[in-house]
This record gives sequence, structure tokens and C-alpha cells, in this order.
Amino acid sequence: MATYLEFIQQNEERDGVRFSWNVWPSSRLEATRMVVPLACLLTPLKERPDLPPVQYEPVLCSRPTCKAVLNPLCQVDYRAKLWACNFCFQRNQFPPAYGGISEVNQPAELMPQFSTIEYVIQRGAQSPLIFLYVVDTCLEEDDLQALKESLQMSLSLLPPDALVGLITFGRMVQVHELSCEGISKSYVFRGTKDLTAKQIQDMLGLTKPAMPMQQARPAQPQEHPFASSRFLQPVHKIDMNLTDLLGELQRDPWPVTQGKRPLRSTGVALSIAVGLLEGTFPNTGARIMLFTGGPPTQGPGMVVGDELKIPIRSWHDIEKDNARFMKKATKHYEMLANRTAANGHCIDIYACALDQTGLLEMKCCANLTGGYMVMGDSFNTSLFKQTFQRIFTKDFNGDFRMAFGATLDVKTSRELKIAGAIGPCVSLNVKGPCVSENELGVGGTSQWKICGLDPTSTLGIYFEVVNQCQKFGQYNKEDPTSFRLSDSFSLYPQFMFHLRRSPFLQVFNNSPDESSYYRHHFARQDLTQSLIMIQPILYSYSFHGPPEPVLLDSSSILADRILLMDTFFQIVIYLGETIAQWRKAGYQDMPEYENFKHLLQAPLDDAQEILQARFPMPRYINTEHGGSQARFLLSKVNPSQTHNNLYAWGQETGAPILTDDVSLQVFMDHLKKLAVSSAC
Amino acid sequence: MNVNQSVPPVPPFGQPQPIYPGYHQSSYGGQSGSTAPAIPYGAYNGPVPGYQQTPPQGMSRAPPSSGAPPASTAQAPCGQAAYGQFGQGDVQNGPSSTVQMQRLPGSQPFGSPLAPVGNQPPVLQPYGPPPTSAQVATQLSGMQISGAVAPAPPSSGLGFGPPTSLASASGSFPNSGLYGSYPQGQAPPLSQAQGHPGIQTPQRSAPSQASSFTPPASGGPRLPSMTGPLLPGQSFGGPSVSQPNHVSSPPQALPPGTQMTGPLGPLPPMHSPQQPGYQPQQNGSFGPARGPQSNYGGPYPAAPTFGSQPGPPQPLPPKRLDPDAIPSPVIEDDRNNRGTEPFVTGVRGQVPPLVTTNFLVKDQGNASPRYIRCTSYNIPCTSDMAKQAQVPLAAVIKPLARLPPEEASPYVVDHGESGPLRCNRCKAYMCPFMQFIEGGRRFQCCFCSCINDVPPQYFQHLDHTGKRVDAYDRPELSLGSYEFLATVDYCKNNKFPSPPAFIFMIDVSYNAIRTGLVRLLCEELKSLLDFLPREGGAEESAIRVGFVTYNKVLHFYNVKSSLAQPQMMVVSDVADMFVPLLDGFLVNVNESRAVITSLLDQIPEMFADTRETETVFVPVIQAGMEALKAAECAGKLFLFHTSLPIAEAPGKLKNRDDRKLINTDKEKTLFQPQTGAYQTLAKECVAQGCCVDLFLFPNQYVDVATLSVVPQLTGGSVYKYASFQVENDQERFLSDLRRDVQKVVGFDAVMRVRTSTGIRAVDFFGAFYMSNTTDVELAGLDGDKTVTVEFKHDDRLNEESGALLQCALLYTSCAGQRRLRIHNLALNCCTQLADLYRNCETDTLINYMAKFAYRGVLNSPVKAVRDTLITQCAQILACYRKNCASPSSAGQLILPECMKLLPVYLNCVLKSDVLQPGAEVTTDDRAYVRQLVTSMDVTETNVFFYPRLLPLTKSPVESTTEPPAVRASEERLSNGDIYLLENGLNLFLWVGASVQQGVVQSLFSVSSFSQITSGLSVLPVLDNPLSKKVRGLIDSLRAQRSRYMKLTVVKQEDKMEMLFKHFLVEDKSLSGGASYVDFLCHMHKEIRQLLS
Repeated sequence: MATYLEFIQQNEERDGVRFSWNVWPSSRLEATRMVVPLACLLTPLKERPDLPPVQYEPVLCSRPTCKAVLNPLCQVDYRAKLWACNFCFQRNQFPPAYGGISEVNQPAELMPQFSTIEYVIQRGAQSPLIFLYVVDTCLEEDDLQALKESLQMSLSLLPPDALVGLITFGRMVQVHELSCEGISKSYVFRGTKDLTAKQIQDMLGLTKPAMPMQQARPAQPQEHPFASSRFLQPVHKIDMNLTDLLGELQRDPWPVTQGKRPLRSTGVALSIAVGLLEGTFPNTGARIMLFTGGPPTQGPGMVVGDELKIPIRSWHDIEKDNARFMKKATKHYEMLANRTAANGHCIDIYACALDQTGLLEMKCCANLTGGYMVMGDSFNTSLFKQTFQRIFTKDFNGDFRMAFGATLDVKTSRELKIAGAIGPCVSLNVKGPCVSENELGVGGTSQWKICGLDPTSTLGIYFEVVNQCQKFGQYNKEDPTSFRLSDSFSLYPQFMFHLRRSPFLQVFNNSPDESSYYRHHFARQDLTQSLIMIQPILYSYSFHGPPEPVLLDSSSILADRILLMDTFFQIVIYLGETIAQWRKAGYQDMPEYENFKHLLQAPLDDAQEILQARFPMPRYINTEHGGSQARFLLSKVNPSQTHNNLYAWGQETGAPILTDDVSLQVFMDHLKKLAVSSAC
Repeated sequence: MNVNQSVPPVPPFGQPQPIYPGYHQSSYGGQSGSTAPAIPYGAYNGPVPGYQQTPPQGMSRAPPSSGAPPASTAQAPCGQAAYGQFGQGDVQNGPSSTVQMQRLPGSQPFGSPLAPVGNQPPVLQPYGPPPTSAQVATQLSGMQISGAVAPAPPSSGLGFGPPTSLASASGSFPNSGLYGSYPQGQAPPLSQAQGHPGIQTPQRSAPSQASSFTPPASGGPRLPSMTGPLLPGQSFGGPSVSQPNHVSSPPQALPPGTQMTGPLGPLPPMHSPQQPGYQPQQNGSFGPARGPQSNYGGPYPAAPTFGSQPGPPQPLPPKRLDPDAIPSPVIEDDRNNRGTEPFVTGVRGQVPPLVTTNFLVKDQGNASPRYIRCTSYNIPCTSDMAKQAQVPLAAVIKPLARLPPEEASPYVVDHGESGPLRCNRCKAYMCPFMQFIEGGRRFQCCFCSCINDVPPQYFQHLDHTGKRVDAYDRPELSLGSYEFLATVDYCKNNKFPSPPAFIFMIDVSYNAIRTGLVRLLCEELKSLLDFLPREGGAEESAIRVGFVTYNKVLHFYNVKSSLAQPQMMVVSDVADMFVPLLDGFLVNVNESRAVITSLLDQIPEMFADTRETETVFVPVIQAGMEALKAAECAGKLFLFHTSLPIAEAPGKLKNRDDRKLINTDKEKTLFQPQTGAYQTLAKECVAQGCCVDLFLFPNQYVDVATLSVVPQLTGGSVYKYASFQVENDQERFLSDLRRDVQKVVGFDAVMRVRTSTGIRAVDFFGAFYMSNTTDVELAGLDGDKTVTVEFKHDDRLNEESGALLQCALLYTSCAGQRRLRIHNLALNCCTQLADLYRNCETDTLINYMAKFAYRGVLNSPVKAVRDTLITQCAQILACYRKNCASPSSAGQLILPECMKLLPVYLNCVLKSDVLQPGAEVTTDDRAYVRQLVTSMDVTETNVFFYPRLLPLTKSPVESTTEPPAVRASEERLSNGDIYLLENGLNLFLWVGASVQQGVVQSLFSVSSFSQITSGLSVLPVLDNPLSKKVRGLIDSLRAQRSRYMKLTVVKQEDKMEMLFKHFLVEDKSLSGGASYVDFLCHMHKEIRQLLS
């Protein structure tokens, strides 16, 4: 067993692929009886320091409808210099360059250890990356200042030849020209009016009406219209200029009367950013980075009016169909997201505000384009500052951990059909024999476009063999106590229990924005990370032994323990009652209690480790028994002890949770009862 | 001017003009003046003798009209042969002498009578009635324009016009004899008697004159007119009336003289014997003339003289109408006689001095004529009378007129929180005419008669005359013009206004850059911004400034003082204009000086390489207006624009210039805006108090008719510099710009004219917008802008109480203070038409009629507009002739003294570029002039339609006074002299081909005429008396006008001369405009038709 599990983990480690089922049903009938869909999690750019660079082009199957890539599973006839496609069984000649091929002289793509391989394609010109900052100026002075500093700092992290641009918005939208001397120049747009890409380009003077045909020399993508360079300039040329410009950025000067929200034209600003790149740099690697400190309050894409007395929509409003701007705004941003995706650009959203900022409506911008979504309370927090900085980190090769313009092409052998994909992608609408009619996620295609991705970006790919249920347990009818699950499924109910309680499904106590945010990340993390999101990890630190994982249960909350909880989005350190008292008494400062000091320090160090590695940076919460922030912990643990189950009340073995939620025990009992009932 | 018949019978006159020829037949020849076609002549034949007489008169008159000198010349011509010569003769002088001679005789006689002039008043009275009207009786056998005008003389003679009138007098001796002359005018009739000339005339004249004079007496000039008609007048109570007038307004008396239709004179000329008499008049003429006048009694004698004159005329008969015999627009007597004493406004219905006269005003209860001028100061009591006379009742109001330094600006009255005291019913403001009753506890409104309580804090006791004892402590109780501080109730949104703002909006398209305009303008603005208008003793102007540049997109600039560099914000969404910034757009000049300077330095550089040729227009104004709206203030936009706005944007225009439309029913479309977008925008601007001044620098058609809509409706100005080149036009543009930026402006103004019961304001002309029928809304109003208001009867007026006007202007001052300026004016009312005609102001009439016609071309074919004008003028004069003038031959043209110039001025209006364009006048020019005239005051229309022509080398170099003008006719130019011509917009220096070499050297620093550069626009600065004098004169002329007049040096016989001749308005114009004489004849014909 252990070896098989290890094998699975090894595969995941190597190929970034993990399947829900590792033994597949052999027949459609069997397949129809599986409850859990056959799927895999794929991390296409999983970091592989060991991969050698392959500096040539892949060999493709010659059947026009197939074009599968030569791989270690293909049958190769070394003498005839032929290989058989393992998808369509087409026999292909090796290209002349493979003339010397033999059993002992194999190209990398035929070696079993290179089940994952990366070709470095030399074709095409290298175009610089583009970073277009879209900055909200309706911020508090502190926030704006912090944001300006972060942006200025980021200039030093960009590749020197990258092109940068700046759009600021408030009541109006300003596109800043970066090349001007002496006088700073910007193009201003009304924040209430949606414009087509053509209009935007006309207004920015990016269309060149005078010189039509003759200029259009074919295949000269290098030659960007000179005009666009006014708005997008190489960092190394204008970093001083831009630094000054950012430094002089003022808060939106239009007066905001009491009881009003500032007028924020996010929708138009994004539209202009999209339009600007669409016209000038289609299909190049470009990031539109939106920094916003509040909800869009006017124009297309507005999420809430400017009257403060009318609050922004909640889940309650949405259920009651009471969110009057939601549909229209969502449509606006979806339209933008689709255009952006079509151009191969991606949109990041950095939303820092105490209240909602409209992520619900805007989520597709990041979701469809592979952009980041970061939510925080303020730009003046380390959460934002470090997360933002982390975007520009480099890998061991000194390359940025970001990639653009990916096309994901999935091929299957005949027995399998592709139902769809879930993740930061859009469909390329490539139909084929291997595409299922049933869609799951983004379906109806075997190819997807991923505009922006990084080494951790993970997609779920769903296959069709199965759709129906099968029982995973053994039991006697009508006898819940006889229910047993196989080992490989033992944790399944537990995950289901926590998934039901997770912010992905549970909207209670979450704003629509928060839900959108959590789901965004859930949809693109790999197995480990997504499991953490579903069932947070709880570690215990005490004098009784080394740190150990403990049950995510209220019974784990003990007075003499320090708990460290990782929910992916939050890192919570919780000091038990006794520990907190000790610390308050200052024992950690006494030499004779140095061990206590170490005990206190241990979870902090571990937390730091997580904080360093994770993107986006989690919210870091340091609290103790009775602290207000302890609620983060209490809301996650299984409420095995509540004020309702009196038998546990008053026991010293844990902390009771004041909730009406059912505990895992109740859930399991109920589940068993259902499973064994004759109804099935 | 159909008037003229082609028949140029009198070759000699030729000069006089073709027209004459026709006339000539009519004995005119001499009198040529008479338009009467040949036919008439035929008739005349009989008259001929008379003619002759007339001619003489004409001659004599001519002198008057032309002013002394011309007169003389004219006369000379009269001499007949002489005439011709005259015409030809550059030098009129020569001839004149003869003429004078002739006249002299007549005049002398008159002269003596005139002498009494001093007494005029008395005399006048007598005369007044009849002669008053002193029309120019064209005895011409019909055609002739008889100088019957004699009346003029009386007044003029007396007071005035020694010069002019005299001249006329000479012609009209009777007039000059003043009254005497009038008689002559009447004399003409006499003349018929011909033989009588001498005696008869006198007699008649005497009476008539008396009457006529009388009128003059009243309003000097008018009187004359009065006289004319009055012959019967003697009987006229007229005289008495006039007397009063005279008494009241001595000055007027003078004018009459002037006005005196010297023209009428023609008759006098007839009598050569008289002529001698005239001479004195003419020459010393005036002197003498007056003398005579003074002796009213004398005048009569004069009349006799006339008689005698006739005699002489006979010789003249052959000649045509003497150009000098017709009323001359060159008026010196009013200048000389009424310019010395201040005009005191205390008495109701006084006619003020002419606009060409320099005079001071003392406010004693009525608004100064600088603020309000009326077409008549005596209004018919009933609408029937008004209809009969057809004299438009109108006032030309210039509420913020600039005053000479000697006169105090209106006092500002602060009534605190209670605000100005007003009538509860009609809302008229407290003024000197309000009647306090019940011991001062109540007052009766002088406009609507409502009885109002006096608020306790305003109570004051009355003295024994019923006057408040504090009347002289309170401007609103003792002055004609004053201001109130407005309370918050008078402010928009019940909020005191912020100080206004100026926004400079500069076209930076290729054309503007190429011509150097942008660089020049930016450089100038740097210093000009220190001279923004400020109020009172304020240290710095409260006005904030902002900057926008544009081509087919707009660039706004943030020039906040805290910035190191200005920031440019481009708005390309011209279809849906908005203002991209608030803070930092409108700034205090001193605070942001460094940033502004930096900006103005950079603008020319930034756009130096521009290739953008397209521009927008409407979005630019919209942006400025929105900026003011956002800043919650009123203000002014200064737009510097070069080309037809063809870029895709609201208000986009196409080139629709089509000269083929001229003289078709569609011609009016050339004056109408292409699209309604401009009017809509203007309306929004007015609502915001956003005034727009437009500076145009076109290379080709820019559709001024459309572009000027917004300036026009917002009280702004349009300046046009065609084919602008920095080298040539810099001075003119900068001078206009400086003046425009520095001038004091009232913003966000509303003007309301209230009248006493019986009349009401029914129509308004000028640069403003009206959303209802009573309130004139002016986004901005400066000291150059006037509003002409027409009144109509809606009830009977009362002679006792007269008629009152109150013009209230609510505005925001340059410092942001909300104020009310009140002007009050009381007018007399009459039941006799003669009184109306005696108190008219022709210059104001012309102002009204020109504006009326210029508005008419928007809706009617130009021809219809012209016909309407002619018909109205004929009706006015016919009514006079029928009701006021003494019975006389139908062949005689008799003009009211006050209106003796109506025909010549009207002719100038008719042949102006708008109503009769020449081939070289562009559609844009016409639209430009049309809108310029719309807001001109009386002074401006006067000189605009009848330019001033000043001989520079006739008077000794040492003389410090402005040389007396000569009539605007080529005949008056001598090729040995140099002349300046100005019409308020243009300035020409005409150099005769035979000018002395020394003069050429002194002025141009070249050795000969041929070396003078034609078209030169600047005179070299030379250190000699002549150069200094001429340059000094040019400077002083420029100082008098609201726009800088660019100088053009024109050489005789040079091709540029065509341009110059366009302004010689007494001559026939190339575009078909009639000559003065022709038109007069035509008018005479029209009148005769009406009378028959």
C-alpha cells in the first residue's frame, strides 16, 4: 500500500499530475457507478529544477487531427526509424535529424524519466513583458502613500526591458504618457462612459489614419506603432520619470460630500487598460494590475451607488435578487475578461479595503485570464506589500515565476473523453473526437488558453468514463454501525464535512467578495494546498512532546497548548489559557524558563516559514485564549463540544464552541444512517 | 439707388457724380443734388429759375454741409462752372471762395440776423415753429434738394455750427442766417418766386425761419429742422416751444445750427446776391452767421437776403445739385459749441450733444447720454402719432459705459440686509422720480403709480416742496445713475458668487503654430496676467485663470502652485466633453506664477512639431463652461481659434460659403448658423454666466456666422485677423488682447428696462440672450457693449408727467460682488409731431435702424431689408413734410433739421458690406461686421457708417487741435495732401501723388512719393514736428476706439486705393451703392410719392 501511495506521490512530484482515481473502471457500466468523477489535477509549470533544457522542437504525430507529441510511451521501431502514435496508432517517420536514433541513443523525449519534458522553442521574436498599472486614487492618504511606495519599489523588480504603463482612476480615468519631458501629460476619460476599443485607441491617438497600407509590412510584430510607446515605456528608460510621477500622484481631487462614497470608475479604467493593450500589443505577455481600494461606484461595472446609506450587496441581497447592479456589472467584467483572454493578456486584482470592493463581479477578470486576486484590508499592510513583492520573485534560474500565453492541449486515447477543465483558463473551442458532449467546467474543447500562470497554477481536468454512483463502503443493510470505509476513503467523509463548512460552499458569515476570493484560489491550487483550504491543519505545541498535528476539533483546544492553524488564507497562532497567563507573567523572560521561551517561539518560526512561501500571503493572526481573534480558530474546528451537548459540557478536555452547527460525529452518524438505509 | 438717372446732362457736374447728370437737367445741374430724375426736371424746367436760385442755395448750403471749407467749395461749384471744377478740383477751396461770395450776399443779410443768435432762444421761439424743421428743402425743381434747411442755421447759426451749419447756412443761409436761412429753405418756395429771393425769401423765411428757428432754438439743431417746415410756423407756437427747449438746452441750440440743414441752403444759393452775404457767413461766416442769428430779427432780414440770393442763383441754374449744398455729415459746430459746457442732466427731455462732440456730463437726476441715448427725447403721446411719424422710439443703452476720468463712476449704495427699496408692484427701484407723500411715510411709484409704504429705516421728512430733506445725500434720490449692493436674494442659488475666472483656450493646431500665433500669445500672456481687471483699490485681481489648448482634442493644464511642473490632461472624448480636473485648473496668478510661466514657456515647444490641422470648437467652449460650472463661478473664455472646425465632434462644420447665394432668397442662410448646436451651447453658457470672447485667425472661410453665435449670445466679442502674420498683425492683435483682458466686465448679468405706464420695451438688439420677453440675460457685459431697446405704446402718455425709463442691471463685479446698476431717464411727451421731429437724434436712429436691418437679414432677403429701410425713412420724412414743414413746392425736399443727415447715413447703412457686399467682401467679413454692429454704441455706428476723413497737411503743423474733417468723398481729396481715414475698425493714410517732397520726407523718411511702400502699416518714428503730429494723431484716434485700428498707407493711384475708396461713402460704390446725391434724390422721389 505504502509503495503504491508513494508511487502516486512520486508521479505528482514529477509530472504535476494527480488523479482522483488511480485504478480506472474498465467499463462504462462500472464507470457510471462511480460517484467521484474521474479527474486529475494538473500543475503544468510545476518547478522541475532537474529538467534539462531541450532546445529543439517536439516531434509530432503526422495525422493532422492528432498531432500528439512523441513520448516515452510510444512504440518505436529503431530500425525502420518509425514510431507509432499511442493515441491514434498512426505510424510516423522520424525526422531526418533523428537519423542516429537507436536503443542506446535515445532522445530525451523517449526516456521514461522524462514523462514530463520542456522544449525551448526558438521560433518568434522575443517581446518584452508588459506591466500596466491601473491605480485607484480614491484612497485614504496613508493607503495611497503605501501603494505609491509599493509601486515605486516594484519598478526595481521588473525586468529592465519590460514595458510599463500607468492608468489612474477616481472620478475620471487618466492614462499617463510616460515619455514627456518637462510637463507631465495624461489622457483623461470620463468615468461614466464605456468606450469601444476602437474609440479608446482613437482617443489616445493610437490609430494612425494617415499611413495605412504601405506601413503594414507583414510579419513585423517588432514594429509597434510608435504612438503606443507614449503610454508603455521600457522600465530602464523611464523609471526615474515614473517614480516621480507616482510620487506626485494625488488623491482624487473631486470633493466627496458627507454620506457619499467617492466616485470610482473601476469599470472604465479596466476597459481602457484592456483596450489600450488590445490595440497595441495583442498576443504578447502583458499584465494589467488593478489596485483598488473600494467598490466601483459609477459607470459601467459599478457595483454600488455612491450613497453610503445603501450598503453594498450581501449574499442575502443576492438571494433575494436585490443586488441591482450585480448582473450588469458582472456582464461588463466578463466581457472585459473575455476580450483580455482573447488577447492573451491577464488581469490581476489587488483589492484592499475593509469593506467589499466588488470582487464578486470582477472575479472573472482574474479567473479567466490567469491573473492574481489578492484581497486585504489596506495597502498599508504587510499582507499586501509582501504579496505584491512576491509576484516578482524569481526562480533558481533567475527567471520570473510567471508565464504568459499558454495553450493547454489535452489528448486522450479513444477510451477516454474530455469533459472539461476548471482553473484559470478559457476554452479555445477545439472540438475533436476526444471531446465529450457532457461538459464539466470549461468543456467542449480539448484546448484551453491560460493567459497567465505560475509554477503553482493548477487546473482540474475532468474526464468522462463515469457519472454514476457506487458505494465505497461495506455495511449491513439498516445497520449503521456496520458501516466501514476502505482506507483510501476513510478521510472522504471528513473532507466532505469540512468542505461543507468551508467558505467555498458556506456563504454564511462571508461576503460575496470573500467567497469569490476564496473560490478563486481554490480553483487554481494543487492538491495539498486545496486540501488545506478544505480542512485546515492544526498543530499543537506543548511541553509534552514535539510539535504534532492534532485533530481539527474543539477537543484539541487545551489550556497548556499552543496551537498553530493553517487555513491557507490565515495562519492563526493560539495560546492556551495557561500558556497565555504564563506569558503575561513574563516567564519567557526569565532565564530559568528559557524552555518556555523556546516553546513560544517555535510556532512563530513555523508560521514564518509558511508565510514566506505562500502566495498570496496569508493573514497572520496571533491570539490567545479569550482573545477576540480566537474566533478564527473557533470557527474552523469541529464543534464536538458545544453548549448543546451537555455531556461534554464542563469537561476540561477542550473548549466548547458556542454554535448550532453539527459536529463531525453527528454528520457521520447521519451519513451512515443514510448509506445503509434501504432506500439506496 | 434708382434715383439716379443715367442722364448726365450736366457734364460739368460730372464730378458730382453720374447721378447728378440726371439731375442736372433739373436746373440742378447746379443743384445736381436733387435726385429728381430727368423727368422731374422737365417739370423743373419751370422751376428751373427757381432752381437756379436753388442752386445757389444749394451752393450756399453745400458749404454748410461740407463744413465751412467744403461749403465754400461747394459754393464755388455752384458757381456752376466752378462747380464742375470743384468736383474736379481737389481743392475745393478755390471754388469755395466764389461760392462763398455768392452766399455771402445772402448770408450777410442773414448774417446780420444771425448775429443775434446769442439770443437765439428768443428768436428761435419765434422762428422755431416754422423753420425749425429746417429741412433741407429741395426746391430743386423737384429734384433739387433744397437747402430749405435754413432752420438749421438758426440754431446752428446761433449756437452751433458756425462751421458746419454755417456752411450749410451758407447754402442755407437762411439757416445760417440761421433761421434766416431757414426762411430760405422756405425761401425755396420763395425761390419759386425766385425773383423774390432776396426779399421775399427773407420775409417768408423770416416767418418760416422764425418758426423754424424756433425749433432750433429748442434743440439747436433740431430747431432748424423745425423751422424748415414751419414756415407757417411763424405762427407756430413752435417757436415758443422751441424756445423753451433752447433755453433749457442752449447747447442744443448750437447743434441745430449745425444740423441746420444747411443743405436746404440750395435755395439760398439761388440768390447770388445773398451769396455775398453768405460769404461772410461761410468764411467768417460762422462768426457772422451767428451774429445774424442772434439777431433774430435780423434773420428775417436774412430772409430777404435769400430773396436776393435767388437772383444770383440764376446764373447757377445750369449747374447741378451742389454736393456741398446737401447736408454734410461733417459737423463741427456741435463740437465747438456744446463741447465747452458740461451737459447737465437735470431737465427732462433734453437732447444731449452729438456723439461726435467731446463734452462732460453732470448727473442731476437723469442718466448720462453715455449710458442711454434715445432716438427722440420727446415721445408722441399716442401710438397713432407714433405710427404716423414712423420714427422708431428706441434707446441705446450702455449700462457699464466707461466714463472719462473727469466724471465719477456711479455711487454704490448699500442698504444692508434689506436690500434696495423697490416698488411692491412693478418692482422698479427707488429713483429720483419716485414721489414721496403723506409726510414721507409713503411713496408713489413713478412707473406704475402704486402707493408703497416707506420702511421705517428709510423714513425721512419732506421739505416744503415735498422733497425728502435727505434727497441730496442719497444717490438714489438725486442722481440718474447709481448702484445698489445686491443682497443674497439677488444671487444664483441664494449664494453669494465666487470671484469670476478667465480661461484662455488656445488653438495649437498646425495653422496656429505656423503663423507664430501661439508663441506670441503665450509670451504676451506672461505679462498680461498681471493686468487682470481689479476692483477699486484692490492689490491684486480676484480673478482666477485657467489654461486649455486644443486641436481636435483638448488639453487642460493643472497649474496648482504646489506643483513643480504643470500637468497636462488630454481629453479626447470631444463628443461628450467634461472637465478632467478641479483643483489646480483655476488658480490665482500670483500664487501659481512659476508654474504658469513654465507652462507658457512650454506650450509653443510642445506643439512645435504638430501636424494636426483639424480643430474642434463647440467642445472647447463646453469645456470652459463646464469648468466654470464645476468651480461654481461666472467668467469669461478667451478663445484663440484658426480654422473651420471640421474634426468629428459636436458642432462640426462644413464649408458652405457660396457667393452665388448673394441677392437670392437664400442669402440669409449665409448669416444663419449651420447647426443648432451653437445656440444650445450658448444657452447653457448664459445659464452659467460664461461669456465667450473669440479671437479668429482664419486663412480661409471659417464660418464666422456660426462661430460667433456663442460670443454673440453671451455678451462676448469677436475679433478677426484674416491671414494673420506676426510681423503685420502683432500690434493690432496684442493691443486688442490687452484691452480685452483688462477691461472691466460685469458677469452673469440680467438687464431689465422698466418704463412708466403708456410705453413698454418690446424689442432688444445686441449681444445677449433672452429666455423671456423682458429680461436681457448677459453672461458678460463690458463697457463697450450696448443694448438697443425699442419701445412701443400700449397706452396714452401724458405730456405733464412725461415718460420714464429705468434700466436695472444686476451683475457680478470683477471682484465677485453682486450689484445692481440703475439708470433712469425722463423724456418729454408731445402731442405735436413737430416736437417729435425737433427732438430727434439721427445718430441714435441710425444705430437702431442698422441693428434692425442687420437682424433682418437673418430672416428676410437682403433686398427686402433694404427696401424696408428706405420706405421707413421716406415715411418719416414725408410725415414731417406733410405735417410740420411749411407748404411749399413738391419739388422741394425739406428735411427736419434734426434728421437732415438721415438720408446720407441711411445710404451708408444700405451700402454697407452686410446689405450690399462688394466683390471683395467675404461671407465671413459680412457675418463679422453684422455681429460687430449688433452691439455697437451710437458713437461707433456713427463713425463706422460714415468714416472720418481728416486732412493732415491742410492745417499748420503747429496747430494742436484735431484737424476738422472733410466729407468722405473722393472729390474732397487733393492730390497735394495727405489724409487719414478711420471708421473705428480701419485706419488709412492716403497720400496724394503731388504731395510735397518735404512732407514725404518728414513722414516716411524717403525722398519721393514713388518710394513710399504701398500698404505700409507703420510710420517710421522720425523726429520732426509733422511726423510727431501725425503719429500723435493716429495714437489719439486709436485711443478713442474700442479696437485697435491697423494703419494702411495708401498711395494715390495705387492698387490699394480701391480698398480705400470703399470707405468714401458719399461716392457711388463699386458694388452699386448709390452716391449721397443720388440717394438723396431717390429719397426725395420716394417722399414725393408718399405725399402724392
